[in-house]
Amino acid sequence: MKMESIVPPLPATTPVAAPRKAVRRARRRWTPARIGLYVFLLGAALFFLLPLYVMIVTSLKSMDEIRQGGIFALPHAPTLAPWRLAWSGVCTGAACDGVRTGFWNSVAITVPSTILTILLGAVNGYALSFWRPRGANLLFGILLAGAFVPVQVMIYPLVRVMALAGIFGSLPAIVLVHLVFGMPVMTLLFRNYYCNVPHELFQAARIDGGGFWRIFLQVMLPMSLPVVVVAAIMQVTGVWNDYILGLVFAGRDNMPMMVQLNNVINTTTGVRQYNVNMAATILTALVPLALYFVSGRWFVRGIAAGAVKG
Amino acid sequence: MATLRLTRVTPYTALLPMALVAALGYLGAGLWTFYISLTGSRTFPSGHFIGLAQYHRLFDNERWMLSLHNLAVYGVLFVLACLVIGFLLAVVIDQNAMWKMRGEGVFRTIFLYPYAMSFVATGLVWQWLLTPGDGIDGGLRALGFHDLRFDWIVSQDFAIHTVVIATVWQMSGLVMALMLAGLRGVDPEIWKAARLDGIPAWRVYAQIILPMLWPTIATVLLLLATAVAKLYDAVVAMTQGGPGIASEVPAKFIMDHLFLRSNVGLASAGAIVLLVPVLALLAPYAYARSRKEAA
Repeated sequence: MKMESIVPPLPATTPVAAPRKAVRRARRRWTPARIGLYVFLLGAALFFLLPLYVMIVTSLKSMDEIRQGGIFALPHAPTLAPWRLAWSGVCTGAACDGVRTGFWNSVAITVPSTILTILLGAVNGYALSFWRPRGANLLFGILLAGAFVPVQVMIYPLVRVMALAGIFGSLPAIVLVHLVFGMPVMTLLFRNYYCNVPHELFQAARIDGGGFWRIFLQVMLPMSLPVVVVAAIMQVTGVWNDYILGLVFAGRDNMPMMVQLNNVINTTTGVRQYNVNMAATILTALVPLALYFVSGRWFVRGIAAGAVKG
Repeated sequence: MATLRLTRVTPYTALLPMALVAALGYLGAGLWTFYISLTGSRTFPSGHFIGLAQYHRLFDNERWMLSLHNLAVYGVLFVLACLVIGFLLAVVIDQNAMWKMRGEGVFRTIFLYPYAMSFVATGLVWQWLLTPGDGIDGGLRALGFHDLRFDWIVSQDFAIHTVVIATVWQMSGLVMALMLAGLRGVDPEIWKAARLDGIPAWRVYAQIILPMLWPTIATVLLLLATAVAKLYDAVVAMTQGGPGIASEVPAKFIMDHLFLRSNVGLASAGAIVLLVPVLALLAPYAYARSRKEAA
């Protein structure tokens, strides 16, 4: 099964050079079609920004102000109280410690899940591109097809196996599950990267007597920095944003932030505190959003390949 | 001699984790689920073989049939909206670049940032935005649209449509990025030729470029279709399947029967049914790729 072309060419960073004369003529003319296009562009931008704006202003208002002023109004008396409550006081099930416990749980899950999956993905990609052991492509085909399958198909047997091994509901269990479901995309990413490395480089290292691990550690890994960065962005985002795996496998003591957030908002009874809810949502989305805004170009690079994960 | 043998064996040992994951984590677990779906398992798997009875039960189950119906409605609307919005955004950004206007980076960032947010966060934000009374409709009433009512999220017939709105917001930026990459691969000579012939831009896009983008569209379709089959987080966060069971989807039906309603056999049958359309989409795609590879 060949699916490498699922990773399309990266979006060019420089615009395509259009024919110059036509451009100069076009620049002077504001035709109705062109105005319509910009109206659409600005309207779409407003639609995409609206939830972010509402999230931020809601989190800065008091509940009274939310009820009186309407959802779009700017806060009259901005307050950080909802943020403090969301971080360290809001109730999630039995305890009322805020989402900070979930934050640290998510960190504890994300760090090993990212490092281990990237390492294994790199070894897989390296072996698949250069050593090509018999039968490896079939395995890779199964792995890639698995990336498209809903986790519901695999989840119950995995639960049984984890329970038998006595690790169900523990940190190793959730890291292992993230490893299983992160491996296809990470392997694909590294395989495609190493496929573009000149094969002569590998041949030369072989002639110099390099073995499997030596060539990997001394030749391939040092030149893999760009793909490692892309892989790390994708894996951190994927693991941080995961809900279903954390819900099933992490257990009460390692409950990730995403599961906690949903509990805060959907299982509390009584009056809904929209301001606290929105502050908690921003806090939870902050890590991947910050990663996106800081790493822009790299994020876009990974997105094409990471989209496989869905 | 010894080292020679070692180098032959090492690649195999290095790929052992991948082999285990592929053979046990995906293939083995999938087959096990299929086996469970043929048994009368309740809370725990049992060896009591009952053939296809679970599948009969499944398709007699009102909640499952409603889930399938919802998924069909959701799937059609979500895929169409993502494709149309994603393509239009890519075209507008592409035109913007051809006119040598600025702002491309800003617009791309704005359209893509929702993709960095999880489906849970997306669902929760849109739940708040669409809350009748306090949400958008209240805000618009305060701005003077007094007769406006927008209560789809608590409506039996339209709750699933609100999930479409939220997830399209989250994913259409991704479609835009992939389509834009496709548009940038179009030969500039085509534009020159079209201009010489005086063909309007919209016709160039509709009749020349869109057919050329077929491989990109196939990839996007596959991604969107698998996202449809996986739909779970957004529903849980936004409507919890409600009001009542009005916005239930198959993935949630399976999870509920696995972990809350202790009906593992029925849930496994549902999982296998959910697998069928995914494989049906994947097979022609993989076949086309391998044909292309062989040629």
